Formats: sequence, structure tokens, C-alpha cells
Amino acid sequence: MTLAISARGLTKHFGEVKALNGIDIDVEQGTVVGLLGPNGSGKTTTVRILATLLQADAGSATVGGFEVGSQPDQVRNVIGLTGQYAAVDEYLTGRENLELFGRLFHLSKTEAKTRAAELLERFDLTDAADRSIKGYSGGMRRRLDLAASLIGRPQVLFLDEPTTGLDPRSRQGMWEVIESLVADGTTVLLTTQYLEEADQLASRIIVLDHGNVIAQGTADELKNQVGGDRVELVVANAVDSQRAADVLAQFGSAPAQVDEEARKILLPVAGGSNAIIDAIRALDEHGIAIADIALRRPTLDDVFLSLTGRSAEDEPVAGPPARGRRGRKGGN
Amino acid sequence: MSTQTRPAMGWFVSDTLAVTRRHILKITRVPESLFFSLIQPVMFVLLFAFVFGGAINVGAGGAQSYREYLIPGIFAQTVMFAVAGITVGITTDASKGIMDRFRSLPMRPGAVLAGHTLASLVQNILVLFVLSVTGFAVGWRIHGSFADAALAYFVLALFAYAVTWIGAWVGLQMPNPEVASTAGLAWLFPLTFASNIFTPVATMPGWLQPIALWNPVSCIALSARKLFGNPLPQMGDSFPETHTVPLTIAYAFIIIGIFAPLAVRAFKTRNSGGRA
Repeated sequence: MTLAISARGLTKHFGEVKALNGIDIDVEQGTVVGLLGPNGSGKTTTVRILATLLQADAGSATVGGFEVGSQPDQVRNVIGLTGQYAAVDEYLTGRENLELFGRLFHLSKTEAKTRAAELLERFDLTDAADRSIKGYSGGMRRRLDLAASLIGRPQVLFLDEPTTGLDPRSRQGMWEVIESLVADGTTVLLTTQYLEEADQLASRIIVLDHGNVIAQGTADELKNQVGGDRVELVVANAVDSQRAADVLAQFGSAPAQVDEEARKILLPVAGGSNAIIDAIRALDEHGIAIADIALRRPTLDDVFLSLTGRSAEDEPVAGPPARGRRGRKGGN
Repeated sequence: MSTQTRPAMGWFVSDTLAVTRRHILKITRVPESLFFSLIQPVMFVLLFAFVFGGAINVGAGGAQSYREYLIPGIFAQTVMFAVAGITVGITTDASKGIMDRFRSLPMRPGAVLAGHTLASLVQNILVLFVLSVTGFAVGWRIHGSFADAALAYFVLALFAYAVTWIGAWVGLQMPNPEVASTAGLAWLFPLTFASNIFTPVATMPGWLQPIALWNPVSCIALSARKLFGNPLPQMGDSFPETHTVPLTIAYAFIIIGIFAPLAVRAFKTRNSGGRA
């Protein structure tokens, strides 16, 4: 296996705030790895170090085979970066922006023009290509921003919260674009605080909290860590709640939780969809009326909750470092 | 697709020109900003020529003489205040993330600032032209030789270019455009007004005179007055008064020598997003 990104012991402190406490990250070539964590967990700091924008205090990292610390120019030749803001010039048109970045990527004038036209076409921006960015919608700006990061056909693409602040439709559109990039063989390191996004896009997920890696694996592996599937049952009559739990106990892999007020029973099961058939049959035999029944997989939110004791989409526990010269975090 | 190979200096030049083009395009897209950068110095000319001019006496010739004295001072003030544009522009770039994009590209890091300062120079030259025409309309004349006048414009442009590097460095220290447009410009006022731009140094209190004499802003205004052949009232024989033009050129190179490396270093290390 070839590693597109490999980091060992990355450490970064901003004064008192320990943004990163020596994390290790490996990203296999051609895969998408999601860095998941709440605000202030160290996701953006990690990306900024790997994209040569920030020097680590300790540790080392290679991107595309080049040392981030000592070969920044070589690294910049093989990466693309899309941050939380659309990093384009408001007053220029979409085409002018892309041609500018192409020239600065050291493409020839003709190549920069061709590449810009190609990307505008691919990102469905041809109609708006010669209008200034000021008139673009949020989704169009993000698409243009992503197009700009692809100008040099990067091997490794860093996407720092690519859909933060987008409406659901634009988000879906961005996901499709990212999926098509991966299909072309680009390696992607993606940060997000949306569990759904990591679940949808990433083949592996690294969970960060307070600058430490607290878990990693595929979405399924992480979900299995908190236990397998569960049957979620709502009985029609509250009086049946405890009786239903007793009936179902034989199918459970662990004791059921009963919430009498909500008429709800939550039963961890091992048998997947068979479990739900068995449960319905048994409840029917005992004449217990069912209002609702479902087999539920644990979500990444359950994973995050069980790992950290709080929800991933909660507001930051430790805010970003508050040194005078830093900008405020936008979005969400 | 492959990137071209070229010596480092060649890349620096082509990167710089690409960035310059960006800023020039921007000027053409927002002509209002160019218009207002022209309006302010023109207003100053009219204000001082017609409103305050009569109250400030620079010797024989009265109001006419003051207008001839004033215009080179307004040139100096204008190139100083032009720094505001680049200061706020650079802070805005940093806060919008476009600076991160530049820094993640394999371009020469100095080129972003070199391109921005070069575009400011183009704008400054345009402003100096409009200001000269305005001055001419209120009675300012060039009395010196063509060569001296050309040298005057060259020194003004060189000095204007030099101070934009201060603006670039200051802009990189500012957390956001709001602060940049207030705190980031505060240094301009004492520096610009503790000078001979509106009134001769000899009329100032004794403690202020050496400061005003050596002030680079006084030197640029005095250089212009000497080279254009405009009035030189109440002159002494101090070094800045006798070696004005070489001193002004030296100031320009010293400013570039200090602030260009500082600004490029700040550009390379700025953690603009500052997000953890």
C-alpha cells in the first residue's frame, strides 16, 4: 500500500491552547479519509500543517512523498486546498480567477485557459464563467473554489469543511463532485463536523477530540464499537411496555431499555434483519399491538457520543486559540 | 499536462505580473474606488488653495505663491495616504482565505506582495497625473527643467512604491479589515502632518523642527518643490534641506530594504485563518 499522507507525532500549541498533541495520520493513496471532530478539535490545524500553511511544533509529515517541513515547494506542486471560505477574488470573474490560479501554478497561458474552461464545464459554471463572483450563490462559490484547488490536477486534495454553511441541495451537489474526484483516483483528506458527510464520503474516519486521535476505522468498524444493531419498538399501549420487553428478551444480545412514558423499547440484537421478524412474530403471538418498529444501526453520532460523552455537532468545548491576530471562525 | 520549467527569477517575474494583473483588473471592476482615491487629494488642493490658503503666508506672492508651495505637499500627502488601499486590501485577502490559496500554490511567496505593490504603483502614477492637472488648474506651474521635473516624478513614484511596502507589512499584522482601516492607518497621520507639506518647518515649535526636517514626508515634498522650481520659503542649511533629493532616494531604499523582507516573512508565516 502506498501512503499519500503520512504524519507522525504532529504537535502544535498556540500559547496555552494545545491544538494538536502528537497525532499520527495515514492516508492510503486513492482513498478518502474523514477527519471528524467538533470545533477546536484540531482538524483545521492538521490540514493547515499538511498543506504547508503552518509549521508544526514537533513531529513530521510527508504528503505525496515529500516532507512538509523541508520540501514545501514540492508538496505545493502535488496538493490542492479548499478551505472553509471560498478563497477566490470577488471582483474577478470565475474564468479570470481560475486562469490566475493556473498561471500561479505555473501552467502556460494556453494551458491555464484550457484548464480553466475544462473546470468551468465540469463544475457546471460555464454560463456564469464571465460574471464576477460577487453575483455567485454560496454553492457556486464553493464549486468555483473547489475547481480552483484542482487547477494543477493535485494528487492529494485537502477539503476543510467543504460544505459548511451550504444548503442541503448544494451540499448534495458538492458530495457528488467529491465522489467523482475520488473515482478519478484523487486522494482526499476531508474535515467535517457533519457525521453524515463523513459517513457518505469517507472510506476511513479519524475522530479527533482536543487535539488527540480518539478513534479510527471504517464507519462500520466505528459503529460496531458502540454495539451492533438495535430494534426500536413503540407499543400501542403503555401498559404493554414491560411485557413486550420480557417477550423480546430472548432475542436480545443485551438487556432491553424500556421507556414506559414514550412506550418505547430499545433492544440490542445480533441477528440483523432476522431479529426484527422474530420480534414481530413473538409480539403478535402475545397479542401486543405495535405502533412502530424499526431496526436501527448506530449512527456516527452514537459513536461520537459514546467516545466523548457529547455530540459532535455541539458547539465548541475549547474554542479556537484566542490570540489577537486571528480571524473569527465563520459559518455554522 | 506539465508545469513549465524556468529559473526562479523568471518565475518571480511571471508570478508578480499575474498578481499585478489581478489587482489592475480589480481597479477596472470597481472604478468607484479609483474615483474616490482621486477625489480626496483633489479636495485637499481646493480646500487649501481657496479656503486656508489666504491665512498661510509663505512669503511674497501671497495666495498664488502658497498654491505653488502647496501642490508638491499634496503630492507627498497623497502618496502617503495611498498606503491605506494596500493595507486594507492585504488584510481583506488574508481574512477571505485567498492568501491561504496563494500560499498553498507553488508560486514564489514574494510575488503576491510584489504584484500588489506594483499595482498600487500604477494607481499612484495615475493619481499623480490627475493631481498635476488639478494643480495646474489652480495656478501651480513647473519652473524647473524637463529633466528635473522628470526626476521629481521619478522620486515621487519611487517613494510611493517604498511606502506601500510599509502598508503591506502593517496589513499583515492586522486581524481583520475593520481594524486595518482604523488602527492600521493611525501611523500615517502624525508622520504626514508633522512635516512641511502645508507649512514651512520654521513656523513650527522648536522641539518639532528637527523631527519635521528629517521626516521622510518633508523630504519628498521638499524634493518635489526643489525639482519643480516651486517656492522654498524660510529654508535653513540643515542636512535634509541641503541634500534633499539624495536623502529622499536613500529613504526610499531604506524603507524597501527593511519592510519588503519583513512583509514577505510575515506573509510566509501568517496563520490567517487561525482556526484550530
